[in-house]
Amino acid sequence: MFRRLSDRASGEITFTFDGRPITASAGDSVAAALLAAGVRACRTTPVSGAPRGPYCMMGVCFECLVRIDGMDNRQGCLVTVQEGMRVESQRGSRTLTPEPAQ
Amino acid sequence: MTHHQSDQEPDVAIVGGGLMGACVAWGLARQGLRVCVLDEGDVALRASRANFALIWVQGKGIGFPAYAAWTKASAEAWPRLAAELRSETGINVGLDQPGGFTLCLSDRELQANVDMMARLHNQPGTVTYPYEILDHAQTKARMPATGPDVSGSIYCPLDGHVNSLRLFRALHAALKAHSVDYRADHAVTAIEPRAGGFALTGAWGEMRAAKVVLAAGLGNARLAPMVGLEAPMKPSRGQIIVTEKAAPFLRYPVVTVRQTDEGGVMIGDSEEADGSSLRVDHSISSVMADRAIRMFPLLGDLNVVRTWTAFRVMTPDGSPVYEQSETCPGAFVAMAHSGVTLAPQHAFSLADYIATGTIPKEVAVFSTRRFRVPASV
Repeated sequence: MFRRLSDRASGEITFTFDGRPITASAGDSVAAALLAAGVRACRTTPVSGAPRGPYCMMGVCFECLVRIDGMDNRQGCLVTVQEGMRVESQRGSRTLTPEPAQ
Repeated sequence: MTHHQSDQEPDVAIVGGGLMGACVAWGLARQGLRVCVLDEGDVALRASRANFALIWVQGKGIGFPAYAAWTKASAEAWPRLAAELRSETGINVGLDQPGGFTLCLSDRELQANVDMMARLHNQPGTVTYPYEILDHAQTKARMPATGPDVSGSIYCPLDGHVNSLRLFRALHAALKAHSVDYRADHAVTAIEPRAGGFALTGAWGEMRAAKVVLAAGLGNARLAPMVGLEAPMKPSRGQIIVTEKAAPFLRYPVVTVRQTDEGGVMIGDSEEADGSSLRVDHSISSVMADRAIRMFPLLGDLNVVRTWTAFRVMTPDGSPVYEQSETCPGAFVAMAHSGVTLAPQHAFSLADYIATGTIPKEVAVFSTRRFRVPASV
């Protein structure tokens, strides 16, 4: 569905999505790297559990939410992918622990 | 079910399709009356789409015991409203009445609230209801997310909340099911008493109706004098912050913080005497956020996804106004800032009074005459 433009390919970096290694181009946003790798859904909605994937790519729609290096609900389109980054699907709403870390 | 032709003169024209107008329209239509709702449309200020969605009893009615009684009865009638809306429309409005808290961030704040509740319950002839004064440990036992800055709280088992957007949708679905003639983009510019009724006009044309109900929120101020009524209001602006959705962590609504049935956290309850601008004032929202985080420190990890401001439909004493015109009988004005809490009263009671044409004595105390007499001490 998405094909990388020739001028948008620079140094290769590798990150994981749900444990699977994915190769991206330096400077890609997490959302762009996922789309380029053929990932269509990166989260399920908190209300109905429907699968969703990156849409607006500019920080507005909140469809590209993912868990990045252990932090829930990051907007994938606003985070530049880094070497070794651990990206995971955002399953439903984020969780909060009732007793916050002191 | 009979189908009403839209060119037929309605029995009642309701100006305004927010929570007030929709509740009254539904109540009237359920009695078989032909009802037309003339709504300004999406350009309306629409407090009904900006509210905090509490069903709140505690603290209301100081200086006006009838308002405390009216509110308490409304909270008690909420299960019936939710059940009837669900059976008519299939929409679950997310009613939840587990009781609610006022959290206090200092001993002084707690004492002020304790004194206020005592004053409220000591008024002659007022309704009373149960409430508890809880210290920090007792509060934290019921709400584990409570932070160390919380001195204590007041808990009232009658309080609750609802999903107000679904309530709005359910009411409008119910209007449709009852063949109410709902017209968007029908701002009313003039109302004129005519023999046996009223003529309402706007850019869309003219309509005649036997009765007219002003449920236009802030717009009532302009419309009421056209039919011999008054709609006094003071400017009251409120701001709301909404966070991303999170897994449930807050079992109870707090008067300034609640977690919705879908997981988002709403932070609200600011009030400014400003009726001019709807721009978000971040010097106020930052105080709201700071107080909310002191109440529940884990909120500090949540992202804010929306903020908004709205104008409340706020009468001079904060209590509702219901009145029939003396000079133009058949014209009614209805306004309240508690459109969610009082929805059952508006759908079940007020609609009956409008249908019969008489507001009973115990509810007539909500007329604007109270603003024209010296306040009793």
